[in-house]
Amino acid sequence: VYQVFESVAKKYDIMNDSMTLGIHRVWKDILMHKMNPSPGTLLLDVAGGTGDIAFRFINYVRSVRERQLQRKLKHHQNLSWQEISESYQEDKFKSLGDSQVVVCDINKEMLKVGKQKAQHLGYSEGLSWVLGNAEELPFDDDKFDVYTIAFGIRNVTRIDLALQEAYRVLKPGGRFLCLEFSHVSNPLLSRLYDLYSFQVIPVLGEVIAGDWKSYQYLVESIRRFPPQEELKAMIEDAGFLKVDYQNLNLGIVAIHSGFKL
Amino acid sequence: EEEEEEEEERRYQLYPGHIPTSPLQKALLAAGSAVMALCDPYRHDMVAVLGETTGCLALPNLRDKMKHHPEGHRILQERPRIRLSTLDMARLRGLPDGSLGREYVRFLENNKVSPDTRMPPKFVDDEELAYVIQRYREVHDLMHTLLGMPTNMLGEVVVKWFEAIQTGLPMCVLGAAFGPVRLSARKLQVLATELVPWAIRSGRNASCILNVYYEQRWEQPVESLREEIGIFPPPAIRV
Repeated sequence: VYQVFESVAKKYDIMNDSMTLGIHRVWKDILMHKMNPSPGTLLLDVAGGTGDIAFRFINYVRSVRERQLQRKLKHHQNLSWQEISESYQEDKFKSLGDSQVVVCDINKEMLKVGKQKAQHLGYSEGLSWVLGNAEELPFDDDKFDVYTIAFGIRNVTRIDLALQEAYRVLKPGGRFLCLEFSHVSNPLLSRLYDLYSFQVIPVLGEVIAGDWKSYQYLVESIRRFPPQEELKAMIEDAGFLKVDYQNLNLGIVAIHSGFKL
Repeated sequence: EEEEEEEEERRYQLYPGHIPTSPLQKALLAAGSAVMALCDPYRHDMVAVLGETTGCLALPNLRDKMKHHPEGHRILQERPRIRLSTLDMARLRGLPDGSLGREYVRFLENNKVSPDTRMPPKFVDDEELAYVIQRYREVHDLMHTLLGMPTNMLGEVVVKWFEAIQTGLPMCVLGAAFGPVRLSARKLQVLATELVPWAIRSGRNASCILNVYYEQRWEQPVESLREEIGIFPPPAIRV
């Protein structure tokens, strides 16, 4: 799996856009809305590679923060200038409001691409990049408010260990969110989806990234991954409660959610 | 279950590096590689893929030409490969000026190219035809030597015209047709008035270039080999 992502890292984003015709961006936006993070949230994004979830998190929290501040300013309209300037200094106008995201990935190349993107797009505050293995996270217990893994868990050899680690590093009350390819039960869509996956995706891999084999692997790994109910049971086994899932695009993708209570 | 899948793939794999593809996949690959090769001329792998996915008529043709020719037949049997590891570069460099071996090495050094950068075939579904296309790729540098063309854009286009006539490979035809798009007006003029007509005449007149066992002819003077094959002397123009 490691070698697959080494060669895949640089063209990862272009391939994602080509394979999903840009829809992966919508899926990730939906994940962020479901998470609905408030400023001050500490997020761990595992297998976060090139930073898609992390950047969305920062954008979301920034806009929530802006609205918060706007509401505060409206509220302050009755105060004197003296009182307003004092409150400005107090607030320490943090645009992120203490929110932080840690991007953890097992692959150096993916992190490198992510860091470059962050620099290019102007993200610096509240963002850190850590090399680590989902099955053995380099973090203490009870640290994070939210744990996400987007299109990463199917590449983990021992999914049960990754889920256990997710449980360990989350604070009590913390939320586990997993965005991943899942199973389509609708027979017609399933056939079209299979046709597209097996006939078109490896070709895209060869033409865009010069790499047929990695994308053939990708399509096969999606088929081998546990379906919605099975994954839900595995998440429950790790100790999470109120586990549920939401199908996107009739099951091509699913968001699983659970809480450490 | 995984082992079963892998074994199944190995049964369909006709040679190392072979990736079996469905007709739909080949069609998509042909279209995709054509577009990509035009957009990004540095994607030599795309040119290779285009050649493999569109060569289904030309390759058997070439193989038959080789089968029915004594030297070509021997090449198909012995499957010689032109690689730095198999070539005795020192010996070739020591051959007299004007000999095939000496001029080939001179060409490699002047243009800073190596025979080892040719892509191995992936999408050809017959292992003998895979060898034929491999042989065509490895002989390409010798074409440059025999035609006296360097590896700049103009030289490559001329060689493509010659190869298009010789092999009928759609990839060569497309390369010959679209290659000139990136040339200046002056070069286009030289191309159209002198080089292409000569390349076409030579291509038509020459016997099949894959039927020459080049590795056994290093000592032969280039001019003599040209005459034997039927390639006309190149026009006296600086390419």
